[in-house]
Amino acid sequence: MNSTRRGLLTALPIVGAGVLGVGFWKMLQGMESGGFDPRAVKNPNVGRPIPQFAMPGLPGLGDGFTDKELRAETRPVLVNFFASWCIPCVQEMPGLRSISRNMPIWGIAYEDKPENASAFVQRDGTPYARVASDRHGRVAIDWGVTGVPESFLVAPGGRILWHGSAALDPQIYEAEIRPRLAGL
Amino acid sequence: MFGPEQGHFALALACVLALIQFVVPLWGAHKRNARLVALAPFLAVSQLLALAISFFSLIMCAVHDDFSVQNVAANSAASKPLLYKITGVWGNHEGSVLLWTLILGVCGAAVAAFGRNLPDILRGRVLAVLGGVSAGFQLFCLLTSNPFDRVFPAPMDGQGMNPLLQDPGLAFHPPILYTGYVGFAVPFAFAVAALLEGRVDAAWGRWVRPWAVAAWCFLTCGIALGSWWSYYVLGWGGYWFWDPVENASLIPWLTGTALVHSAIVVEKREGLKIWTVLLAIATFSFSLSGTFLVRSGILNSVHAFANDPARGVFILGLLALVIGGSLALFAWRAPSLTSGGLFSPVSREGSLVLNNILLCSICAVVVTGTMYPPFMQLLAGRTISVGKPFFDAATIPLTIPLLLAMGVGTALPWKRAQLARTFSHLFVAAIIAAVGLVLCFWKFSGALPIACGALAIWVMAASVTDILRRVGLGHSSMSEMLARSRNLPRSSWGAALAHIGAGITVLGLCGMSGAQHAIVEIHVGETRSLAGDDWTLLNVHDYAGPNYRAMQADIAIRHNGRLITTLHPEKRDFTTQNQTTTEVAIHTNFITDLYGVVGDRHGTGADATYVLRLHRNPLAPWMWLGGLVMAIGGAFSLSDRRLRVGAPKRAATRNMAQA
Repeated sequence: MNSTRRGLLTALPIVGAGVLGVGFWKMLQGMESGGFDPRAVKNPNVGRPIPQFAMPGLPGLGDGFTDKELRAETRPVLVNFFASWCIPCVQEMPGLRSISRNMPIWGIAYEDKPENASAFVQRDGTPYARVASDRHGRVAIDWGVTGVPESFLVAPGGRILWHGSAALDPQIYEAEIRPRLAGL
Repeated sequence: MFGPEQGHFALALACVLALIQFVVPLWGAHKRNARLVALAPFLAVSQLLALAISFFSLIMCAVHDDFSVQNVAANSAASKPLLYKITGVWGNHEGSVLLWTLILGVCGAAVAAFGRNLPDILRGRVLAVLGGVSAGFQLFCLLTSNPFDRVFPAPMDGQGMNPLLQDPGLAFHPPILYTGYVGFAVPFAFAVAALLEGRVDAAWGRWVRPWAVAAWCFLTCGIALGSWWSYYVLGWGGYWFWDPVENASLIPWLTGTALVHSAIVVEKREGLKIWTVLLAIATFSFSLSGTFLVRSGILNSVHAFANDPARGVFILGLLALVIGGSLALFAWRAPSLTSGGLFSPVSREGSLVLNNILLCSICAVVVTGTMYPPFMQLLAGRTISVGKPFFDAATIPLTIPLLLAMGVGTALPWKRAQLARTFSHLFVAAIIAAVGLVLCFWKFSGALPIACGALAIWVMAASVTDILRRVGLGHSSMSEMLARSRNLPRSSWGAALAHIGAGITVLGLCGMSGAQHAIVEIHVGETRSLAGDDWTLLNVHDYAGPNYRAMQADIAIRHNGRLITTLHPEKRDFTTQNQTTTEVAIHTNFITDLYGVVGDRHGTGADATYVLRLHRNPLAPWMWLGGLVMAIGGAFSLSDRRLRVGAPKRAATRNMAQA
């Protein structure tokens, strides 16, 4: 083997490590700026109409809702899947209350006992305009929910515009949701 | 005496000592100043002492419930059992980084203590490299993950620990695994020192191998323990999920295994030198990057540490220095290393080259599968996941020739083998493997498990017959055979044992491919059958534990009416942490595991039904048992006297004469 070839071969590992290193650096930068989320879950329903459903309400919180009622809305609605047993959902509540001053949020209690979900929602004041109970998680499957909390932005007419799989807060609202409302 | 401030100070002191350990011996070696080089062992030992004080201080903070220390407040609680107060110290990010540096300190001190027969200059350089790595990680610990940070006002009680982590298996898993990861720092330091020196010879191969083998033993045990933990604690009935964190431990294991084998070729034939140096650098680099990728949150894993990109940037810089620096040195100096003689493809060294090619191919597959999702997301913006189907499909075809070669390799002599003679040596093993193939047809289903099972038997048979042939079975008297077996190098026994262990693990994996399970929802008193056994739910009762409430089920398992065992799986509800854990019940006879999990209760009173998960896992214990046998084999070869005494002395005097 001649020496140039040897030199090139022994330089290969550092080139490979360098490429990987630059990639990792980009990822870390993206994680800090929010552009790269390794835990992001792509929901295949984004851009599609909402699935059909009809769900009962929670005790003391009205009648629940159906896909027809959601489609009939004239304003965009944020649909939020939550559960009383879910810690991020508890942390999300103050954020949801502040978002609810700007737009209606419809809540769906996922795999939760109705009385627990009702008490949870009413504990510090409900952020939800309407609440329904998905007792056995069937509706969540149609929506492609992988866990709670997850949220969907639904345009008037019932098309899903955006999906988020993290606990919502005002920053996410400003960065992800509000720009999309402007386009409607 | 051992408070948080003392611990913090000791850590800072260790960091300063590590920096001196990095700079002074390198400078001394450069200037050929023997006195400066001779400082290195003292510095390594004093650095370890400072680190030990620091680590002990953190343990004392946890034991004495000093909740003014942020780390203790966040991860401990006054009501926690003492054992978990101690082991909980390394169950979180900050504490585990401190443990990591402590183990690195132990490695440095071990080189100082056991490396007395090394040439002084080489030992000085090795310790300097270890000191540099230590200093970097201690800085990381001090600047971004300080375990001694205080909170004011101090809370009355801590936030407690994840109940999943309150398990003896997990308590001792991290130290063993980290010793494996960090242990490969020593071969790495040897490689960098050799590149600095510009010389790799047979003696270098002999010095580096025991360190690589020791680290490999710990890593093997660590991986086996982790897999066992996920089997009996997580309650999914699985043992390996190709999760990024698991892959992060498998990747250095694969290159480390290749290193352990290629260093033999350096020692015996002065071949594969550049390659071995690269493997030593690569193994430690993979250990480091695995830790980094998990801590920074780039890899999406179930084993979540608190993610902090800022921390990630620091550690990425550190990795760039350590890995980039060593690889740059490699690119610069490796071409000047002279390589040894030519090999014949059919020889011991030829089979070791094949072993390296196959192990590194498997490693490349695992690296690709692990790195594909984040890079795909970065470059194409698509989220995808790479899972079990890819890894199984890509690694098993590479494992088959590896197993085949494992059997042949040990039967081949160095330099050049005569095929006919080798075949006659392997004849008995081949017959045993053929019988094994029939057995596998009978017991396993599916082409791959049958093929792998037969090959595992082949590996074990070839290892046993090779040892028997060497002690002269068949043409010697009993006393001659005993004498020969005593004279046989320990490393040969170790290799045979390790190969047998690998065979046992592969058989376990093949057995598990035939695992059966059922998820049933039944009333108390009902019976369901699974693979010929009848599982009856006898009773379910609730009871209160120290900090949880539990629902315990009694499940009787009968085979043809004869009671085999009664399992008592539990579901525990930790009210303060709002978390539920499942306590799996396992009955094993070392051939088959019967594995029961109790899930949700639906309905109330006599009408209530219970969700049960029932598993029948053939040969499951063999997977971890094999890992243990492999590690014992490695430990056995460490006790080989050639590794402890002999040639190195002469080299040492020659080196000092040059200085």
